[in-house]
Amino acid sequence: MAAGFKTVEPLEYYRRFLKENCRPDGRELGEFRTTTVNIGSISTADGSALVKLGNTTVICGVKAEFAAPSTDAPDKGYVVPNVDLPPLCSSRFRSGPPGEEAQVASQFIADVIENSQIIQKEDLCISPGKLVWVLYCDLICLDYDGNILDACTFALLAALKNVQLPEVTINEETALAEVNLKKKSYLNIRTHPVATSFAVFDDTLLIVDPTGEEEHLATGTLTIVMDEEGKLCCLHKPETGTSFSFF
Amino acid sequence: MEEETHTDAKIRAENGTGSSPRGPGCSLRHFACEQNLLSRPDGSASFLQGDTSVLAGVYGPAEVKVSKEIFNKATLEVILRPKIGLPGVAEKSRERLIRNTCEAVVLGTLHPRTSITVVLQVVSDAGSLLACCLNAACMALVDAGVPMRALFCGVACALDSDGTLVLDPTSKQEKEARAVLTFALDSVERKLLMSSTKGLYSDTELQQCLAAAQAASQHVFRFYRESLQRRYSKS
Repeated sequence: MAAGFKTVEPLEYYRRFLKENCRPDGRELGEFRTTTVNIGSISTADGSALVKLGNTTVICGVKAEFAAPSTDAPDKGYVVPNVDLPPLCSSRFRSGPPGEEAQVASQFIADVIENSQIIQKEDLCISPGKLVWVLYCDLICLDYDGNILDACTFALLAALKNVQLPEVTINEETALAEVNLKKKSYLNIRTHPVATSFAVFDDTLLIVDPTGEEEHLATGTLTIVMDEEGKLCCLHKPETGTSFSFF
Repeated sequence: MEEETHTDAKIRAENGTGSSPRGPGCSLRHFACEQNLLSRPDGSASFLQGDTSVLAGVYGPAEVKVSKEIFNKATLEVILRPKIGLPGVAEKSRERLIRNTCEAVVLGTLHPRTSITVVLQVVSDAGSLLACCLNAACMALVDAGVPMRALFCGVACALDSDGTLVLDPTSKQEKEARAVLTFALDSVERKLLMSSTKGLYSDTELQQCLAAAQAASQHVFRFYRESLQRRYSKS
């Protein structure tokens, strides 16, 4: 009978739980889902991480390649994130070019990397003006159950911490790069940004780490990214059925 | 009856304290708005903030594709075209922000199974682009006669390295700033509809910026009111 009620009136069903300050999956309003992280699972990538936030699963693989730096920033490398939401993770996505949600998530991750200065781009320089590293970070969602932005940020951070770059020297005679695969070093991760997403219900209730259903029923969502010093890197409040005041 | 209904409503908002350099605090750049300048869209508006200019056109409520129709409300679509080049991922992200702001105020339930399309063209970018796009979109929606529960405005502010707040930054100020925050506020209770930030800042600074943006939004809403009064008055 509860299942019938849930299908017919999902919002009312949800409100019954919220009145008791809990959610259908048994969590409190401020409780996160069980988080699991698996580092270094992809051996062909330079760094990888798999993050599970409840059912939401995101895997991040980082590949490092050579590139020529741009002329206005000759000592800066590149970090290129890309979030892919394939039809595998949810029935709402179709195959083909990236949809709006994937593009927005990619832009969000790019902003987090840029704002929080997680990696100093100068650390990725091998030879100024000639050769720099470019880190292609591919985030693929394997299971979409809400809160994709938090999972992606976490997976990216974990994968970047796992990246090992080989030592590269430029041979002066041949002007070619010589890669020493035996000598690898980790990246210098300067800050650890953490994203937290909230869903707003009926203008008054704020719940943390919304699942897919909760995101759909909520009147709005809000994502805040903070680093260890408590500085905010990003305040992303895109969706709102209505407004709410901050104070 | 296709007369020239070209009602210009060029109002100059009161300036802050004179010309550049602007002091810290609440002076917005000089702004101007022109409505009903395009003949094809149902509503159009051009909004200028200093040297930043955005042209907006609204089509709707109009026919919607069956795949995109929502049974109980209007489908809102926003298309943002940059000044140069093809639209990229950053434009998509901004489109999402503007769309969600519009969805919060437009009374979509009055026009179910229709589509309302807002098309924005960046004419020139000299800082505070997202805020200017929001203002242009709001004016265009008003010009098109789309029912809304409130007006909204965009306000941008920049925080430089020693914590000074500058409202409505120019592109030079944005580049040199430590953080740039853009807020969309509604006209009824000055509540926050959308926020998009870039850079590092603390939460007290966020509260300060939000308070300054709310104060500045008073000027913008007063400008909207005067602009529309001028347009619709008989004299």
